[in-house]
Amino acid sequence: MPTSEEAGAGITLRRLVKEYVPGKPVLRGIDLAIAGRGITAIIGPSGTGKSTLIRCINRLVPPTSGEILFEGRDLAQLQGSALREARRTIGMVFQEYNLVERLTVMENVLSGRLGYMSPFAAWLRRFERADVDRAFELLDIIGLGSFAHVRADSLSGGQRQRVGIARAVMQRPRLLLADEPTSSLDPKTSVEIMTLMRDLSGASGFPVIVNIHNVDLARRFADRIVGMTGGKVVFDGPPADLRDDMLKTIYGGEDWIG
Amino acid sequence: MTSAAAIPRVAFIPNWWARAAWLVFVVYLVFAAARLEFTFARFLVGMDHGAKFVSRLFPPDLTKLDLLARGMGESLQIAVLASVLGVLITLPLSLAGARNLMPAWVTWPSRAIMVLCRSFHPMIVAILFVKAVGFGALAGILALTVASIGFLGKLFTEAIEEISLKQVEAVRATGASFLSVVIFAVVPQVMSRFVGFIAYETDANLRNSTMVGIVGAGGIGGTLFAAFQRFDYDFVCTIVLTIIVLIMIGEVLTMRIKRIFNA
Repeated sequence: MPTSEEAGAGITLRRLVKEYVPGKPVLRGIDLAIAGRGITAIIGPSGTGKSTLIRCINRLVPPTSGEILFEGRDLAQLQGSALREARRTIGMVFQEYNLVERLTVMENVLSGRLGYMSPFAAWLRRFERADVDRAFELLDIIGLGSFAHVRADSLSGGQRQRVGIARAVMQRPRLLLADEPTSSLDPKTSVEIMTLMRDLSGASGFPVIVNIHNVDLARRFADRIVGMTGGKVVFDGPPADLRDDMLKTIYGGEDWIG
Repeated sequence: MTSAAAIPRVAFIPNWWARAAWLVFVVYLVFAAARLEFTFARFLVGMDHGAKFVSRLFPPDLTKLDLLARGMGESLQIAVLASVLGVLITLPLSLAGARNLMPAWVTWPSRAIMVLCRSFHPMIVAILFVKAVGFGALAGILALTVASIGFLGKLFTEAIEEISLKQVEAVRATGASFLSVVIFAVVPQVMSRFVGFIAYETDANLRNSTMVGIVGAGGIGGTLFAAFQRFDYDFVCTIVLTIIVLIMIGEVLTMRIKRIFNA
């Protein structure tokens, strides 16, 4: 079982608690150490806090208490420009892609660089040449090289998610978070998206934390699986250790296990 | 689980407050009509006056075209300047007033300013500015700027509050600063609607700029009012027809502009 042996490269959560309503914790003290490489899949029933966990890491959701240690800093304590500097090193992929619909594919991909430039430069679309070259390179990798100037709202779901991944990778992230990246996609596209994330993660050497509903996909792509239920971690181990009795603990019931 | 059978199951809960409010509203309508003698007989008396007035409008007087041109020119300038000033002030103000992007201590003052600007009819604001800065176009420009802030502020703020926060969240997650988030995730979502609102407000300013002259705030309104007072109804007719043509040209132009930006 991977532990914090690669401390410093990965991310460590300590007693992470999140209460949207005081007294009703969604996350009940999560302790988790994630290594500096590989794909970690978080599985668990809906409403168990998987999205909240991921969103606490890049502080789209402010945690109530606990520590999020990443590259020697506690993300839970960061504010203002320090928080933005941490965010720009953490890419995020969303369930419903969250592309800015009225911008072009190219603008969406390049928005991954916004954390590194001034609003004035952003307004004038003055991106660095190297960033533009990298964006075209990524578009070629995801197979959308000819779509650079197409508006994002004209893409299909699978294409959108690939642009979403390119946007995150454009940040040159040192960690990639993915919140149900395949839930809105068909099975074939889902596999393509997971493959793309694994390949890019391997090529650039950043770890991936992915929330996923599809247990088969998790088994196939993840190096490590974390099972959550009721805001707590109830399973943590390699895919091979995830047996049916464990799934029963995570999701409850057994009729659905084929 | 508590016993579900004990609670009577009603598909639609009657809202007695809403029903009472409707009743009060209907009663008020009847009261207001009775109070103001809003009757058909009174309307017929008015029609008689109207026929005499209309007959005196024609033919339009075309001898004072220089006076007309000067007044219309000033009205147009007032409208354009007030619109530009209004938009420049409203853009940051409406961003500060959007409750989905800003904390309450920012939105409240911003919204208060907008409500204040909207509280009075442009004519009343024009009277205030004539008293404050004196007769002339400056008072008209300031009055219509205030009107633009009040109106655009409400429309802009609501447009910003209706955007998809998913797109905002994604750009925020890249570590972008607040202004960059606005430029890359908010502006693209509201741009085409803003253009529509600005066109609409410019149209309104054009109409109002032909009015503010009545209270001495510059533009064709002063000329129009003087013509009324001197019973120069034929010149009134010329002015009114010119205003109609100007508004129509404005309408065509704004439609063109909207089409360009909606692509």
